[in-house]
Amino acid sequence: MKLKAFSAPYLVWMIVFIVVPLLMVVYFAFTTDNGEFTLEYISDVGQYANIFMRSIWLAIIATIICLVVAYPLSYMLSRMSKHTQSTMLMIVMLPMWMNFLLRTYAWMTLLGNNGIINQLLGMIGLGPFKLINTEGAVVLGMVYNYLPFMILPLYSVMVKIDKSVIEAANDLGCNSFHTMFRVIFPLSLPGVTSGITMVFVPAISTFIISRMLGGGSNLLIGDLIEMQFLGNSYNPHLGAAISMVLMVIILVIMTVMNQFSPDDQVLI
Amino acid sequence: MKKKYFSIFASFLVIAGMLSACSVEEETEVEEEEEFEAQTLTVEDMEYYTRFKDAGISINVYNWGEYISTGADEGTLNVNAEFTALTGIKVNYTNYATNEELYAKLKGGGATYDIIIPSDYMISKMIKENLIQKLDFGNIPNFKYIMENYRNQDYDPLNEYSVPYTWGTVGIIYDTTMIDMNEEDIDWDLLWNEDYADQILMFDNPRDAFAIAEIMCGYSLNTESEKELKEAAEKLKEQKSIVQGYVMDEIFDKMGAGEALIAPYYAGDALTIMDENEDLNFVVPKSGTNLFIDAMCIPTCAKQKEAAEMYINFMCEPDIAFSNIDYICYSTPHSAAFEMLDEETQNDPISYPDAELIASKSEVFVNLSDEANKLMQDLWTEMKSAEDENTNTLFVPVFLLVCIGIIIFVLVRRHIKNKKDIF
Repeated sequence: MKLKAFSAPYLVWMIVFIVVPLLMVVYFAFTTDNGEFTLEYISDVGQYANIFMRSIWLAIIATIICLVVAYPLSYMLSRMSKHTQSTMLMIVMLPMWMNFLLRTYAWMTLLGNNGIINQLLGMIGLGPFKLINTEGAVVLGMVYNYLPFMILPLYSVMVKIDKSVIEAANDLGCNSFHTMFRVIFPLSLPGVTSGITMVFVPAISTFIISRMLGGGSNLLIGDLIEMQFLGNSYNPHLGAAISMVLMVIILVIMTVMNQFSPDDQVLI
Repeated sequence: MKKKYFSIFASFLVIAGMLSACSVEEETEVEEEEEFEAQTLTVEDMEYYTRFKDAGISINVYNWGEYISTGADEGTLNVNAEFTALTGIKVNYTNYATNEELYAKLKGGGATYDIIIPSDYMISKMIKENLIQKLDFGNIPNFKYIMENYRNQDYDPLNEYSVPYTWGTVGIIYDTTMIDMNEEDIDWDLLWNEDYADQILMFDNPRDAFAIAEIMCGYSLNTESEKELKEAAEKLKEQKSIVQGYVMDEIFDKMGAGEALIAPYYAGDALTIMDENEDLNFVVPKSGTNLFIDAMCIPTCAKQKEAAEMYINFMCEPDIAFSNIDYICYSTPHSAAFEMLDEETQNDPISYPDAELIASKSEVFVNLSDEANKLMQDLWTEMKSAEDENTNTLFVPVFLLVCIGIIIFVLVRRHIKNKKDIF
């Protein structure tokens, strides 16, 4: 009983800052300025289908790259000695100590037409290549910024895999390929699903990465929502409607993801 | 163990760094105050300013970033501190970055401001929506300094709501080392020149971008005609393939660093970049430009209207107006401050272009109707999100179908498995 009392402040916090704002988003999405019910804004969202597609597509690519890069890395991390592990983890976390905007801003100078990468390539007679203001640059920004969110859950699951399980698999005749896919991968699935969630959700709704690295011509859903509130036509209703559709899409995708994880580890 | 010591040492270093930063700040504050007492400001009507001397009033001023003289450079005034010293009214000074941000803050309610400095079209929008109130010009005698041609502009036809603070024009900033052209020959079509593909920056703001296209098509900058707006959008679409990026404030960094060759920009800011990069030049195209005026207004929600009017009047004191304009490099509508500028600045074609050009070829924005605004926004989004050839239109439906397929597959498999378990 006493323990419950401790959670009361958090409950209030959740209601005031999570539940109420969510309800307001829903309310705004379905009403006009005069508070009448309307479906107009929801149906207006349809015209931005190609922006939704681009956002989902880029977010999926970024998530897959993150997974491919992070999986072997996390596995190696989890098999290192305790001391090396903590050092390596700190190196993974190190970029996150810096401000997110600053890190993305740094990529602008790296990728620019007269940027450091093109200058280096120029020295050996290559380029200049068009690196910034492309979809590739946006994906790069996403991968760079969200990679730690993939590594950490994977690592924390893998570090719990008992060494003896792998030894047993080897004793019973598994080669290293089989050990990986029949033993380690199934055991690390909860980490994979939560890593995908943690990368995919922020990647699909980002707006500053596409603004800074996409040159304003690779609009994502986040940019579209921002434009409704701080753009030329102030339209919070349409902004709320777009946000709501985005939430539903994320929810659908997460439900799919949850089908792969064991029943007791469902995320939503 | 070693590690522990290291982290303690590191945290000491950090704390020491913070402390020293604090003490430096304190020092500068003290300095400012000393310097500031030394200055003698002459105002015409001392009595007017001392009315609220001991009332303990404070006003909230909401202004653009870098848009007031702060006294940071030697020999300049710290305008807000001077105001407090003179009148005893405390100034809470905060910044915004765009007119739209200001609008969203005021419209959303909750925040109270006594002074805001929006641009032309935003002023007319705010007048229409009753977000700003009429001024009592009896309390602003210094309005007499505002030049005749900056009064009664279209956004505030009877000049009841606003007192102009600065103005400027939009022009083209370009790299003279790569673009060898006479200044007279430079016009907006330079931004459409395919020879400079991928070296061109464009405004990331529909109103400013459309304005350029509208000038080129020969339409009014305030057109609400669907046909004309669509034609302007076509024009922008044509340009899209050669535009390096759609940016606003980044123009500053990118042009300064030589990342791009050509960009449209505001005169005042262009002067600041040209100080940094000597290869750049700025031209106000002959075929026309957008004249923008930022003016001081009092929101309807203001709590201290009279004190706010006093602040506006103070900003129009010749000495104050001069130090502000000297600091922010925009152009001034204030006759006495203009007289105080040195001759070189007065004749500078960038800050103070030919009066005839201003009179005949420039236009000030006014607010568009909601429909026209929405149309412009839609055309803009459409233009920006227009896909290149390699579209994956089928992607999302196919993707959703695959998702649903996987769900069904997994559910069916689980169902079969459960049945097996029972037996």
